[in-house]
Amino acid sequence: MVLGRSFEDMCAQMYYRGKMFGFVHLYNGQEAVSTGFIKLLKQTDFVTSTYRDHVHALSKGVPARQVMAELFGKSTGCCRGQGGSMHMFSAEHGLLGGFAFIGEGIPVAVGAAFTSKYKREVLKEEGDMPVSIAFFGDGTANNGQFFECLNMAQLWKLPVIFVVENNLWAIGMSHYRSTSDPEIWKKGPAFGMASAHVDGMDVLKVREVAKEAVERARRGDGPTLIECETYRFRGHSLADPDELRAPAEKAHYAARDPIVALKKYLLDNEIATEAELKSIEKKIDEVVEDAVEFADASPLPGRSQLLENVFADPKGFGIGPDGRYRCEDPGFTAGTAQV
Amino acid sequence: MFEALREGLSEEMERDPKVCVIGEDVGDYGGSYKVTKGFSEKFGSWRVLDTPIAENSFTGMAIGSAMTGLRPVVEGMNMGFLLLAYNQIANNCGMLHYTSGGQFTIPIVIRGPGGVGRQLGAEHSQRLESYFQSVPGLQMVACSTPYNAKGLMKAAIRCENPVILYEHVLLYNLKEKIPDEEYVCCLEEAEMVRPGTEITILTYSRMRYHVTQAAKTLVDRGYDPEIIDIRSLKPFDMYTIGESVRKTHRVLIVEECMRTGGIGASLRSAIMESFWDELDGPIGCLSSQDVPTPYSGPLEELTVVQPHQIVTAVENLCGKK
Repeated sequence: MVLGRSFEDMCAQMYYRGKMFGFVHLYNGQEAVSTGFIKLLKQTDFVTSTYRDHVHALSKGVPARQVMAELFGKSTGCCRGQGGSMHMFSAEHGLLGGFAFIGEGIPVAVGAAFTSKYKREVLKEEGDMPVSIAFFGDGTANNGQFFECLNMAQLWKLPVIFVVENNLWAIGMSHYRSTSDPEIWKKGPAFGMASAHVDGMDVLKVREVAKEAVERARRGDGPTLIECETYRFRGHSLADPDELRAPAEKAHYAARDPIVALKKYLLDNEIATEAELKSIEKKIDEVVEDAVEFADASPLPGRSQLLENVFADPKGFGIGPDGRYRCEDPGFTAGTAQV
Repeated sequence: MFEALREGLSEEMERDPKVCVIGEDVGDYGGSYKVTKGFSEKFGSWRVLDTPIAENSFTGMAIGSAMTGLRPVVEGMNMGFLLLAYNQIANNCGMLHYTSGGQFTIPIVIRGPGGVGRQLGAEHSQRLESYFQSVPGLQMVACSTPYNAKGLMKAAIRCENPVILYEHVLLYNLKEKIPDEEYVCCLEEAEMVRPGTEITILTYSRMRYHVTQAAKTLVDRGYDPEIIDIRSLKPFDMYTIGESVRKTHRVLIVEECMRTGGIGASLRSAIMESFWDELDGPIGCLSSQDVPTPYSGPLEELTVVQPHQIVTAVENLCGKK
């Protein structure tokens, strides 16, 4: 959680210094949800997220260096600088994205769960069934893809967990102004799905609920819908003036900061000392500083990178007038060939 | 042709257990056009997945499973229904390989019948070639004979890129003897239908048959058209097309797509760009009218290109004989 918070604060600094551009959506305040769920997963499990995906990437194990380099648009980023803030991917760590449009990632998570089930049922693979988690917000819970996926996941008992990070605001649209029945977790039982509501500012409570859901999915008993009550301390994105939210509301949730709460818990129950926590924070500061240095020092992508990765098989660029596949021309990606 | 498609799909499913079919009524019903008849019994219901009516989500689900190791074949009951999946096809299917920096491949095949049928009404008579052609990262092929249907189906499934395979409602009952031995067509190549010397006629899918019908009249009148079925709608096979243009110096494109922003429009500008010096005159393009397909028979006939219009166009481009 501390890594997430420090990283996001550093992102804000770097953005205002002109190191990263475009839409950057920070996760401050919601760290308990990411940590509570993703720290229970294995590397072979899958996660899909939204545009607010930096901390999901970090929790899933993507090195801070790669995430920061991606934000700077450098070729050493996790997506070679081609994805950016809203499209974090990592095949190695099972992060299936990073999606800019609302609701787009939910079917992808269901698809990954389908693969898990298929491998078990058809290919007869043994071992733990990989689980998928789809993270999305309150605004998405009004979208068609959400409901279509709840139906399919429960119908086929797929090992997927739907996590709604209800931070009450979709940019400037209050959840209560856009939703006829604001209790999202109650929509699960309409599909016959197990559902829960949890205080998303308390990482230990989140973890408990998450554990049950992950175990249910791995057993093959199907999906769970979990609504996490949480809050974002910053605006929707770094371009959002954040004028609509009442100061009283912000103060209420600031008092429930998940990191402060966990710290208090650790100290009160003598699980860690002040000094140990301070040294963890110091180490994390070093990690984040190192990530920035690495990103700064990394090269920007060269021209040849523009046409790479458009197709997995570059024969997809077709046959040119000379009878050869265009990709066979050595000048093709360097931009000296005719496209 | 539906049997050829079925054979191709079945052979690939036997060859690779990761190939699966996802779509509405593909399992128990055997597919609306019988392409997957018998598959449910043969391969089981996980490999031939009957979905609820949720195109956007089940296409997204197919993309997610392609990213994690499977090779799904998504059937749109009618191509027009895939408009509901446009979000997933454009944003995820085409783009994910690129935005992930090459980390994930999406070896998916999206197929289904499209085109103007027999009085099916406007919404069931759509041509989506023009809508998807701009999406970067997609390949598009259109089959027109049982032979190339089977070959392209197999090639599309084996290809690592996402491929959209366009079939035509009125061509499913075509019969042709095809080889028993295994064969695969090339996704990026065009097909020579009739070699000639006087004019290059480029076409695809059902219009191939209107062109060959018109060709009979043209040959009787002393013309010598070269007919090429372009097959690969994206990317275009500029070699086969180029060799033909270098020979005949005249081009006519005959397509079922709408006039505005259709495949013909793209092909025309591609040929002009690459082979301007070879052309003796402007490139002709016959496309469907820019209208929603009417239900009434005579009106429907008027929306698509008919053989007599092709004959007239060739006479105008080559001069009357």
